[in-house]
Amino acid sequence: MATRLPPVDVVLVGFGWTAAIVAQELTDAGAQVLALERGEFRDTVPDFATNIIQDELRYAVRKQIFESPERETLTFRDSADQTALPMRHLGSFLPAAGVGGAGVHWNGQCWRFLPSDFEIRSQVEQRYGKGFIPAGMNLQDWGVTYDELEPHYDRFEYLCGVSGKAGNLGGAKQAGGNPFEGARRREYPLPPLKRSASTVLFDKAARAAGFDPFPCPAANASQPYRNPLGVQMGQCTYCGYCEWFGCGNYSKASPQTTILPVLLKKDNFRFRPRSNVIRVNTDGRGKLATGVTYVDVDGNEFEQPAGLVVLCAFAQHNVHLLLLSKIGTPYDPRTGVGVVGRNYAYQITSSVDIFQKEILNPFMGAGALGQAVDNFNGENFDHGPLGFIGGGYIALWNTGGRPILQHYLPEDAPKWGAGWKKAMHENYLTSASIATHGSVMSYRNNYLDLDPTWRDDYGSPLLRLTFDYQPNEHAMSDYLTDQAAKIAQAIPAATHHVKKREGRYSIVPYQTTHNTGGAVMGNDPATSVVNRYLQSWDVPNLFVMGSSVFPQNPGYNPTGTIGALTFWAADAMKRYLKNPGPLVTT
Amino acid sequence: MSMPADGRKGNLPIAGDASADASRRAFLRTVAVLVPAVGVLGGCRTYNPSAHAAAPVYFSQAEKNFIDAATQRLIPADALGAGANEAGITQFIDLQLAGAYGRAERWYMQGPWPAGTDQQGFQLKYTPAQIYREAIGGIEAHCSQQYGKPFAQLTAAQQDEVLHALEDGKVELANVPAKTFFALLWQNTQEGYLADPAYGGNRDFAGWKLIGFPGPRYNYIEEIDKFGQPYTQPFVSLVGRHPGARGMGEP
Repeated sequence: MATRLPPVDVVLVGFGWTAAIVAQELTDAGAQVLALERGEFRDTVPDFATNIIQDELRYAVRKQIFESPERETLTFRDSADQTALPMRHLGSFLPAAGVGGAGVHWNGQCWRFLPSDFEIRSQVEQRYGKGFIPAGMNLQDWGVTYDELEPHYDRFEYLCGVSGKAGNLGGAKQAGGNPFEGARRREYPLPPLKRSASTVLFDKAARAAGFDPFPCPAANASQPYRNPLGVQMGQCTYCGYCEWFGCGNYSKASPQTTILPVLLKKDNFRFRPRSNVIRVNTDGRGKLATGVTYVDVDGNEFEQPAGLVVLCAFAQHNVHLLLLSKIGTPYDPRTGVGVVGRNYAYQITSSVDIFQKEILNPFMGAGALGQAVDNFNGENFDHGPLGFIGGGYIALWNTGGRPILQHYLPEDAPKWGAGWKKAMHENYLTSASIATHGSVMSYRNNYLDLDPTWRDDYGSPLLRLTFDYQPNEHAMSDYLTDQAAKIAQAIPAATHHVKKREGRYSIVPYQTTHNTGGAVMGNDPATSVVNRYLQSWDVPNLFVMGSSVFPQNPGYNPTGTIGALTFWAADAMKRYLKNPGPLVTT
Repeated sequence: MSMPADGRKGNLPIAGDASADASRRAFLRTVAVLVPAVGVLGGCRTYNPSAHAAAPVYFSQAEKNFIDAATQRLIPADALGAGANEAGITQFIDLQLAGAYGRAERWYMQGPWPAGTDQQGFQLKYTPAQIYREAIGGIEAHCSQQYGKPFAQLTAAQQDEVLHALEDGKVELANVPAKTFFALLWQNTQEGYLADPAYGGNRDFAGWKLIGFPGPRYNYIEEIDKFGQPYTQPFVSLVGRHPGARGMGEP
């Protein structure tokens, strides 16, 4: 029997990046806001102190900084003719648990999507014709444009203290930045990070190959920074424990280092850790959310009434909650009808490892220290002769040189024994890897629904993921990898190993935590779960944040756009609180 | 029932807080807690070589003999430096298997247990600790049948022959696939060689000396753009610096 608690104005499911932004914005607007977080409270001190957090085995290998699949996981299959089986431990992607969410362990790679990404269906049809879109690909415009989001990208970048170099200020191209980016209103808040030996190597080689390299936008502070909320960040020390770790130096933007010092002091904000939301409750007609039900670590069940419910959990968890709460029409892959669970997408990655003679000291790095080329992303190049849709960036990230997981060996090196030892000795300090990071479109056959067999600790069906790379993605990724190989070939006195993404999608090796879709945004309720303000079409006092709203996944890391969309949606929520009802009429 | 306590500045729940003890067991099952998974880190802030003499916690003596012998073939001692035994890898694996990792505490271990595709990943109902026990028993039975001796008493060439057969899945073990065990053993062996010495392996920074990784240092602002120059500061560990440790660039 659930204990009914006093109502609040707004309840947030989860307390990561999106919840922190929504909470900051709505408490400023006067609302009483409560965040429910399934994990633990954690902060820079003591949890991420450098003599604790710089532990590759505990955090990166044993994965203690991420969510534990023990109580709840998902089941996976490549295609509907297989039986989906539980993901027993983490592999391909690494969602978070705990305050700060994945904002604690991300790298800080803080991109804007291209203007064309938001209108991809219109652009592809206009440029190549309707027949260019393969059968079964659910290509969709977002319902929001780059120009509409630009002020919100700017807010997120200045919140985080992003280090970078503008390539396009108000339409004027800027030397040293990304020549392909959309117009931005002003420079990045901080100059680019220092360059490491391997990123300089990449920069020279990419120029020699005829491409346009630039420093990647990094939410790792290149200098001390005070953000618009008055929160102070410290200069990054390039310690190499950033990706997959919390930052002990207040240098990587996270909810803890940018918002919480202000938010946690507010009288109209509360959060409850160790509180796992299992359902969004609705009124008898399913037309209005009445709050949420959650379970604490002792198994006690609570009903938390709220006037507005915002799903701020990780992408798949938001979709899981919608399905369990029977909000919106579940997607049916046989008919193509329904929206919840539709258009799950991911990222396709590959790499080219480089072996040369110069000492690179790979352990000096930062999560978003990288040099990239964008010549083959989005609509930055002509797809007509190539026959595929999408693209990605090519980058050399110098995130660190953690010995267990971040070493590269030549293809012909022995797998173990004295030969392995020799190869480790000869290559650790002098090798690097160029990464490709490609888009994944959405397809009729890639989706999320509820599993018929396996259940979580609360007795609910696990989420079921049905996903595989399609021919369009392999063609795109192979092309991107060939361009990366051209850069590797331009490095003097180097050998390289080209590692294309081959075969079916596997949930085993880590690829990216850029899971998208399942509750996508758009202008048509028949093909989207939320409207362009991230408001549920079915339940107007329910909003969905995060990458679950991406209609397909462009060729960039998602967090910059997630931050921009959250500010955009938070403005809409303020309008909703003053004047409740659908913000878009159908 | 009491109302749930809200987290606010000045009222933040802290892992290990006495008031949280009642829910601690459930809590430990629930989330990543930032307390040591094994006792090695607890309170120990100076390097203590005598800790390595400890008897195994999980392994039997026969199992320890197998791990000693097998890991020394995977990472042998040679002119480039210490092998697995000198680096304390058996102790590392033993402590890992005795702890949360060995018990698969963070893994989803609810049945049913049908076999899956390679893309679907691990689907065995055995924890890592159980996989070692099952596999070592099977390997010793194989060695006894094939060579009339336990693995540890075989010649180096015979040991390599067995390890290659395991790697290629050419040995039938009763309950776990040989390939799965070999992959686990090799992964844990590398971990023992390259993880922080705080966990009992990488003794005297053996693995880090081999490759030139200085340990978890804090600040490279001055060094990162001195391209091509070797880094020469002494090795450090999460549990401190080895007494007398010398810089990486020194002999």
